[in-house]
Amino acid sequence: MKTNDVILQTVTKVATFIILTFSVYLFLAGHHNPGGGFIGGLVVASAITLLFLAYDVKTVRAGLPPVDFKILAIAGVLLAVITGMGSFVFGKPFLSHAFGELDLPFFGNTEFATSVIFDVGVALAVFGTALSIIYTISEDMCIWRR
Amino acid sequence: METLMAVIIGILFSIGAYLILSKSLLRIILGSSVIAHGTHLLIITMGGLKTGGPPILGGRADSYTDPLPQALILTAIVINFALTAFLLVLAYRSYAKLGTDNMDQLRGINDE
Amino acid sequence: MSGLFLIILIPFLYAVIVPFIFKRIPQLHTGWFVLPIPVVLFVYLVKHITLVAEASPFIHTVPWIPSLGINFTTYVDGLALIFGLIISGIGTLVTLYSIYYLSKEREALDNFYVYLLLFMGAMLGVVFSDNILVLYLFWELTSISSFLLIAYWYQRKGSRYGAQKALLITIFGGFAMLAGFLLLANITDTFSIREMILEAGGITAHPLFLTSMVLILLGAFTKSAQFPFHIWLPDAMEAPTPISAYLHSATMVKAGIYLIARFTPIFGGSMEWFWIVSGVGLITLFWGSFSAVKQKDLKAMLAFSTISQLGLIICLLGLGSAAMYYGPGENAVLYIPAILAAIFHLVNHSTFKGCLFMVVGVIDHETGTRDLRRLGGLMGLMPVTFTLAVIGSFSMAGLPPFNGFLSKELFFKGVLNASRLDIFRMETWGMLFPAIAWIASIFTFIYCMIFVFKTFTGKYYPQRLENIKPKKPWGMLFPPAVLASLVILFFFFPNPLAQYLLLPAVASVLPDFAEVGLGLEPIKAWHGWTPELFMTMGVVGIGVFLYINFPKWSGIYGRLPGKFRLNYIYDSLLRITEKSFDRITRGYMTGFLRDYLFYIFAFFVLVLAGVMFVLKSFAFNPALNNSISIYEVVLALAMVGAALMILFSRTKLVAIISLGIMGYLVAMFFVVFRAPDLALTQLVVETVTTVLFLLCFYFLPELTPEIRKIGFNAANMVVALGVGLLVTAMAISAQNNRFFAPISWFFENSHELAGAKNIVNAILVDFRGFDTMLEILVFCIAGIGVYTLIKLCLTEGERNENK
Repeated sequence: MKTNDVILQTVTKVATFIILTFSVYLFLAGHHNPGGGFIGGLVVASAITLLFLAYDVKTVRAGLPPVDFKILAIAGVLLAVITGMGSFVFGKPFLSHAFGELDLPFFGNTEFATSVIFDVGVALAVFGTALSIIYTISEDMCIWRR
Repeated sequence: METLMAVIIGILFSIGAYLILSKSLLRIILGSSVIAHGTHLLIITMGGLKTGGPPILGGRADSYTDPLPQALILTAIVINFALTAFLLVLAYRSYAKLGTDNMDQLRGINDE
Repeated sequence: MSGLFLIILIPFLYAVIVPFIFKRIPQLHTGWFVLPIPVVLFVYLVKHITLVAEASPFIHTVPWIPSLGINFTTYVDGLALIFGLIISGIGTLVTLYSIYYLSKEREALDNFYVYLLLFMGAMLGVVFSDNILVLYLFWELTSISSFLLIAYWYQRKGSRYGAQKALLITIFGGFAMLAGFLLLANITDTFSIREMILEAGGITAHPLFLTSMVLILLGAFTKSAQFPFHIWLPDAMEAPTPISAYLHSATMVKAGIYLIARFTPIFGGSMEWFWIVSGVGLITLFWGSFSAVKQKDLKAMLAFSTISQLGLIICLLGLGSAAMYYGPGENAVLYIPAILAAIFHLVNHSTFKGCLFMVVGVIDHETGTRDLRRLGGLMGLMPVTFTLAVIGSFSMAGLPPFNGFLSKELFFKGVLNASRLDIFRMETWGMLFPAIAWIASIFTFIYCMIFVFKTFTGKYYPQRLENIKPKKPWGMLFPPAVLASLVILFFFFPNPLAQYLLLPAVASVLPDFAEVGLGLEPIKAWHGWTPELFMTMGVVGIGVFLYINFPKWSGIYGRLPGKFRLNYIYDSLLRITEKSFDRITRGYMTGFLRDYLFYIFAFFVLVLAGVMFVLKSFAFNPALNNSISIYEVVLALAMVGAALMILFSRTKLVAIISLGIMGYLVAMFFVVFRAPDLALTQLVVETVTTVLFLLCFYFLPELTPEIRKIGFNAANMVVALGVGLLVTAMAISAQNNRFFAPISWFFENSHELAGAKNIVNAILVDFRGFDTMLEILVFCIAGIGVYTLIKLCLTEGERNENK
């Protein structure tokens, strides 16, 4: 079943990068502005879903790094848990976070928080799971369709 | 506003419940999604509406809306997504395997 | 004696390692490893006989659930000690016996000994516990272990039937007892038996006194197999013989007697207690001995005989409680011997009945049958067994020189004394007691004779027996021999036993009397030409006459019509219950998911609406509402429209797109409600969800025409509307019932506490990070679930050609 989706594919090419960039912004903004791990992860997932729709699953999969989405999701959960356990080192209860500010050259006064690492875990887990769901289903569909 | 929301939520719940009680698997999933939307709106309504600006500190507003229901709903939305995906795949698999999506035919065996 | 609670726990702890011993050391019979436990317990308890007899009882408390007043209090007085000695002593002999009785090659010994130790610990717990709730716990544990042991050979239908029957009846009684206990605890405001006894004087007038008494007695009667609950005991004989000897004659069935004796200081002295206890005991005594005569199975005969002897003991306890009516004084001394007789007979019964059961076990083991019609003439074949059987059954029949004679004489004395009572309307009914007791004793005598002479004398028919084992089972004869020697020993030296064991026990049944002295005469075999002796002579004379002419009058046993037999009633009750519950269950467990969801929704509506109605919590105050702008009204209308579209859509595509629209509308509501994070998330999620729906959509069937016409279902409609109305009511009430200030001010410090200005995000990743962590875990699991659902089916080989 070969379809001619020139418009969709052309738009997608441009849109995907915009969406991906936006997702990075959303993720980083999450600390002080609307955004965060959940949204960041989901937006990345939706960008790739758009690619899946425009092209076909195999092509897109070949273009992406050969990382299993499930592994990514599990790695995200693990990262979150380990960040939480990191507070044990400082004798604090599970999942205590710390934050501070650093003067970096070029970036100026920048704030750092361990909760961002936790958020990375969340984003990874959400992104990995959402994509693995979609990918698994669409892969099955392809087999089914043939 | 709250009363209007309460009525809308009631309508969503009614329709969702009715859909869930129907025979087709797809309708059941649709129903559960509708109820989920209703629930999200219910939580945010119960937290109080329009009591202030968005819960982002920074001096733009004097008071904020209650952030706690929002955090709860954010969690609920994501979980609901997972649930819907799982239900969908379940429906799709059982249809592929059993050839029906009619709940009356998907009945358990007589002696459970 | 502070380690006393340990002796209850040791059997339980040891039971844990028994299976490992069985697996690891198969060459040696597991019984040898279990044997030390009862021996140690027995020796430990024996060491304390003199201490208990001379000094005050021992108490030790371990707090268990102190907030509810439930403590693991162990309490040892004369009564508990006698039971403890019987449990550990007979336990030792039974364990030894079982080593030879159960083959280590063929039987699941680990199960057997685990259950046995479980029972031993539970039974010790029953007699040593002072707290009634702990007592109840152990009481039910004995029922359960008895159930497991009866069903030990669970391959047999009879075993399963018997086990179920025993469990149903004893647990029923146990529940009644628990209710009685709770009432009693309510009346006396304590869970401790000792404290209840101290308060005993004041509770007789309480309106719930009689109810709690009857309920507790129900527990005792079911456990001790009293009429009409005795029917479980004969069926329990499907258990291995060591178990019948241990649980169903020596110990567990005596738990009811223990309970009655223990509660005599609390309830005794009232007319109801006197009549119920002694009346039921008397009926059981008669009915048990009368039924035992007709039995053809040796174990069934012993079972009925146990029932009858238990009735005897309980009857004596009831008669003795009359002493409580008089209080210490001249008259009371007449009735205290009844209590002594009860306890003495309790000990005697354990010895001779244990011996007889083991003898039956030997016969069964050697000849392969216990059927009286096939047995006969075994005297020459097994002389030792014969001797033991004679000692046991003659003691049971009440003949000298065996201990049964002494307690039977005391029993006759007790009923004769009772007939002279002038309280509790005994002046009119009193003569019934000696009369029925005497008739029952005649039947007892007859079945004892049948037991000995039908089995061991007469003609020997080797062809009727299944297999004769030439090997002499000396290990199986040793335990009954020990018991038989005790039978004789107690006859000649009853008074040391009485001094150290029986009198302390009587003192704990009648604590008020112990202080002023019990005034009991020593037990004597010969006390002149008294009416008791004439009664015994009459029993022997008429018994011999009836035994010889047995065939002529045995016809009376066929007279009772089948429909009135208790077993028939039990069976039909069970059948009717099973059937009707089956029908009820089938009525609502239809197997349709839709029906179950219907119940859930209906329940949800009824309960919540009911609560709202009862608490009158519905509140509506439009003044609290915020303003509505035109955009919001438009959004709301669009929302309703989308929802209706889903409901009425004719194609799945329309339905799915409507759902997507609804999701975006929700996102817009979030914008209106100042929830930017939510709005963003909702937008993205809705997009992805719609994609998912559309992916699956292609392969899902079109909405069926039947539903397309909105399959009108009034009930569904009503429930759905109910849900909607209820949720609306809840949402409105929630707005108008604010009891607590919001806790959200805490989060407004998020910048100071978590360094974040976005409060929602700070809650998610910091304040409530644990929730988020578990949430992504759930999310991940759902993803893996989806993956498994699809992949597992593929690898099944069904569509391998596609790969």
